[in-house]
Amino acid sequence: MALPSYATTGDKIWYYTFRVICFAIFFFLLAPILVMIPLSFNAQPFFSFTREMMTLNPDGYSLRWYQDFLGSDSWMRSIRNSFIIGIAATVLATTLGTLAALGLSRSEMPFKGAIMAIMISPMIVPLIISAAGMFFFFSQIGISGTYLGVVLAHAALGTPFVIITVTATLVGFDQSLIRAAASLGASPTRTFFKITMPLILPGVISGALFAFITSFDEIVIVLFVAGPEQRTIPREMWSGIREDISPTILAVASVMVALSVLLLVVIELLRRRSERLRGLTPG
Amino acid sequence: MTKAGNDRGFVVFDRVQKSYDGETLVVKDLNLSIQKGEFLTMLGPSGSGKTTCLMMLAGFETATHGEILLDGKPINNIPPHKRGIGMVFQNYALFPHMTVGENLAFPLEVRGLGKSQREAKVKRALDMVQMGDFSNRRPAQLSGGQQQRIALARALVFEPELVLMDEPLGALDKQLRETLQFEITHLAHELGITTVYVTHDQTEALTMSDNVAVFNDGMIQQLAPPDVLYEEPQNSFVAQFIGENNTLDGTVKEINGEIAVVELDGGELVDARPVNISHPGERTRVSIRPERVEANRDRLQEGVHTIKAEVKEFIYMGDVFRTRLKVAGNDNFIMKTRNAPDQTRYKPGTMIEIGWLPRDCRALDLPQAG
Repeated sequence: MALPSYATTGDKIWYYTFRVICFAIFFFLLAPILVMIPLSFNAQPFFSFTREMMTLNPDGYSLRWYQDFLGSDSWMRSIRNSFIIGIAATVLATTLGTLAALGLSRSEMPFKGAIMAIMISPMIVPLIISAAGMFFFFSQIGISGTYLGVVLAHAALGTPFVIITVTATLVGFDQSLIRAAASLGASPTRTFFKITMPLILPGVISGALFAFITSFDEIVIVLFVAGPEQRTIPREMWSGIREDISPTILAVASVMVALSVLLLVVIELLRRRSERLRGLTPG
Repeated sequence: MTKAGNDRGFVVFDRVQKSYDGETLVVKDLNLSIQKGEFLTMLGPSGSGKTTCLMMLAGFETATHGEILLDGKPINNIPPHKRGIGMVFQNYALFPHMTVGENLAFPLEVRGLGKSQREAKVKRALDMVQMGDFSNRRPAQLSGGQQQRIALARALVFEPELVLMDEPLGALDKQLRETLQFEITHLAHELGITTVYVTHDQTEALTMSDNVAVFNDGMIQQLAPPDVLYEEPQNSFVAQFIGENNTLDGTVKEINGEIAVVELDGGELVDARPVNISHPGERTRVSIRPERVEANRDRLQEGVHTIKAEVKEFIYMGDVFRTRLKVAGNDNFIMKTRNAPDQTRYKPGTMIEIGWLPRDCRALDLPQAG
């Protein structure tokens, strides 16, 4: 969008100011993340750039914090925990959320608004309140400090994302396809797996991604509900900052950023592929 | 008015009622019998209950009362996917994530047919609708007419004995609609399938069907072959709904067998065939087709009543002339005449005298106001 020839001085000033503002916003959003990455290669146990680093002296850089991270049993355990809990919670949230969205999209469903509000509430209620409630409830029924407890809590947090994304996909879903499938002799189960599922898959995938990221990134509930056995990456970072201030967490953070970007790219490609298969965008 | 529901039809609606809210009946006491191989059209304005009837037959709605029989067996308790009825939808309802070939193979796969058998049947069905080269395309890459052809092929590929069509041509342009009307009727008759076709387009109903059931207000108003429906409407709703009609209100003066004399509200006398009137003094609405109005005295029978008419407008339409007349207070009385060499082209303001054969003018019930 180049400046038209009739632009006034005011237009020109705004044109450049607008661009400066845009870049400032990007900088604001990305700088805290990007600054971590070079810092994680710091040879010194500091959270700031050393003189050697600033002069790009190779001695100022090292992989010691990455070695530290990969060689530590507690970090490795937390990675394993994060994935176990994240994947289990995602599977649970995706299944429940998809089913809920399907039910809520049917015209004969009563009390739609109220049910939707209840299902979405974990997203709106302050996390600390959910966490405190779950802590007391889970202690009562004896699943506090177990994997099951953390998975259930994270699934509850992830379900609203799945409901929202799947509901959005269902808005454009042609209900006569279900009738067409029935008229062609397909049972409701077959219709679900062969017709409904492939068509709402992009929504399911996006929802699952959100659910996974929510669990992967979550600390408040883990602090309340998880025991020492269920330490996740965020929990480990939390103690890393509070107990031994070591740049290892910068290395962990950098790895997690790389991992998140990778995950986003993969999921986006998957989503585009299934969108294309839906026949919505001819390709 | 309707055929008895209990004669042995292939499809039988026996005293079927449908209510969505438990209070108002959308379908009131429907009795209908469809013979094997028949092409029946359910015609009516929206909200007349025609689509509800189709959906009950397909199994997507349940009848509140009464029974629906398919080939002698009640189907009320059979779920839609076990009825084996083919269906074509207005919006095509093709599966967008499957190719045309996969769409057609779907009902065959469900029925457990082997790959080679499936391929042969899919090919045959696609050739039937002249879409043989489109097997690998996706529905989104096809035009509306092509999509509806595929939908038709998909509804026929598993060889159902009964096919339902819910306004399948509603979304297409006029020319395509006419071509497809022709193709659908030909296919249906060639394959000997029974077809129930729902539409609100009366031309479609007249050109395609063996029988037409005119729906209004949850009831069949008349069930008849197209020519009977057009020429001998049984009540004023049917007369008004099918084709164009001139109507004049009046009172029955006398009835002599096949001819009734009606005194119009302006005092003029006209001849009509009594249809649903029974005694002199009754209020009636006479109905006459524009093409049966005659202004040439030589072509009228001896002794029939004629009435004066004032020419209001003359419209040249090519093959026909449309003359708008003012007759007995009704200034929207249309006379259609063929563009023949000796045909008069009336000038507005001229007074002429018109009449008709008594059998072409039907004395019907006077519908309640509102």
